[in-house]
Amino acid sequence: MSGVLVIAEQRRGELRPASLELVTAAQNLRLAGDEVAIAIVSDAPERFHSALCVAGVDEIVNVKVGPAEFDPDTFESALGALIAERRPGVVLIAHSVDSFGFAAALAARLGLGFATDVFKAERIEGQLVATRGGYGQKVSVEVDFPGRSTVLLAIRGSVFKAPDLPASPRVSAFDAPPAMSRSAGREFIELAAGDDVDMTAAEFILTIGRGIGEEAKIAQFRDLADAVGATLGCSRPIADAGWLPKSRQVGQSGKTASACKLYLAMGVSGAIQHLAGMKHVSTIVAVNSDAEASIFGVAKYGIVGDIFEIADELRRLF
Amino acid sequence: MKILVAVKQVAALDEDFEIRADGRDVDADFLIRDLNEWDDFSLEEAVKIKEAAGGGAAGEAVEVVAVSVGPDEVDESLRKCLAKGADRAIRVWDSAIEGSDAIAIARILAAVAKREAPDLVFAGVQSSDQAFASTGIAAAAFLGWPHAAVVSSLDYSPGAQSAVFRRELEGGLLHEMQIQCPAVLTIQLGINTPRYASLRSIKQAAAKPIEILSLGDLALGNADVGEAGSLSRVRRMYIPDKGRAALIEGDAAEQAARLAEIIREYQGAAA
Repeated sequence: MSGVLVIAEQRRGELRPASLELVTAAQNLRLAGDEVAIAIVSDAPERFHSALCVAGVDEIVNVKVGPAEFDPDTFESALGALIAERRPGVVLIAHSVDSFGFAAALAARLGLGFATDVFKAERIEGQLVATRGGYGQKVSVEVDFPGRSTVLLAIRGSVFKAPDLPASPRVSAFDAPPAMSRSAGREFIELAAGDDVDMTAAEFILTIGRGIGEEAKIAQFRDLADAVGATLGCSRPIADAGWLPKSRQVGQSGKTASACKLYLAMGVSGAIQHLAGMKHVSTIVAVNSDAEASIFGVAKYGIVGDIFEIADELRRLF
Repeated sequence: MKILVAVKQVAALDEDFEIRADGRDVDADFLIRDLNEWDDFSLEEAVKIKEAAGGGAAGEAVEVVAVSVGPDEVDESLRKCLAKGADRAIRVWDSAIEGSDAIAIARILAAVAKREAPDLVFAGVQSSDQAFASTGIAAAAFLGWPHAAVVSSLDYSPGAQSAVFRRELEGGLLHEMQIQCPAVLTIQLGINTPRYASLRSIKQAAAKPIEILSLGDLALGNADVGEAGSLSRVRRMYIPDKGRAALIEGDAAEQAARLAEIIREYQGAAA
């Protein structure tokens, strides 16, 4: 019941960036004398060794399993055995598509205190308190875990900054008991490009969201994007409806606006999954008819108004 | 052959909402309720499988059963499911369920699944209000069933021993997997195009029964639900101080003119 165990995430031979953010989140959850161990589950855990040697990690735990890529039964079984043996006070995992697949099952089976999409974790009078969003992120919710000796927290990405200093943690191995996996990966598929646009390289993006209402309005914004020299992007509902190709979707399951310097969001409410792909952009301008839209929480400039009217007026100026 | 679809009635907040006196939730007077957006897609996926199977001599008939946990008002969301193609609906409620987290709700859903013995259980990836992304997968753990999350396409023939599906990963990547059935799958937005209910089907749904189950019907006790059956407890709920955008005031022409300036500043810097 001591120590913080961080679960690293890997895919196709690469450590996922959220893994090291967890190391930072772990630091202020340590009780006196607690160490931070990071577990890497893989068919070849050693290959991630150098990527895991960062400040704040005291120990790397190599958890060797059969399959090369994620399946929920293998991960749940291996990590369940590791947690049962080491009994850490806190276990941190990324709030990610992989963890969606098994973290809740692990917590339910082992009776671990459990919270997901946590963006703040702290000790208040020694007790672990996690903060997450509620009601579409309109409120913050503090949760605690009375009577739970081990608590599993799934941490939101891009909240904590990964450590940038190197370190030389010690290495141990954990022999995961063999698991009978009831699902198996077959292949990874990159989404077809749809068109030639690379959202990750675009420096000026004009994104449209649910607020445009109907497919016929796409043309107006395509024309506006061309006129102002922006790359036209969209939020999830527009891509799901097939109004723009999936390759233009910005957000967690779409593309990250990595190179973007100016992001103009029109009719985008700002769901947390969308913000994940763009909230880092230095200049965000949001236009939305709903003054309470979450997008105004990350935007530098906001216009509360009718997106079509603003689009018309803006078009006249270019 | 049967598909159980677990749905949730979610709550959005009224514009000027207030936190409840005990500081642990929003005052219920300010909640606007609706069926969870994700559940529209999981229900549609089940109804699509049912329609593809037909049910005549050619194939096995598929029954779609919607289940939800909540008080009387949840019937409204279940009626919506019935209008969109569910054959039956089940609602579980007991005042002891108040204060349950996603895990306690999952325990109840698992008990319903044991009773119904479906071939597949669908749930939404997450709910639009609390976004736990936990309930379906925790229910699978209580059932001891195979499970997969964030399913964005599904290939399943009624009665088959396994299904092939794709998980939607981060950054526009898909992962194709095979899973043994019965299984619990959490369904992602965009897997299909949910239908609108016709007036006729809404009328028909009003006449379909909603079965109400108590904890006792499911062999569950008070210790299995509420705070006792939960893995977390809400300590405090509050309205966060948000960073706010600097609002550009004026009429549309003035606002657009300022926006044009911001764009030209960027273009100047980029040139």
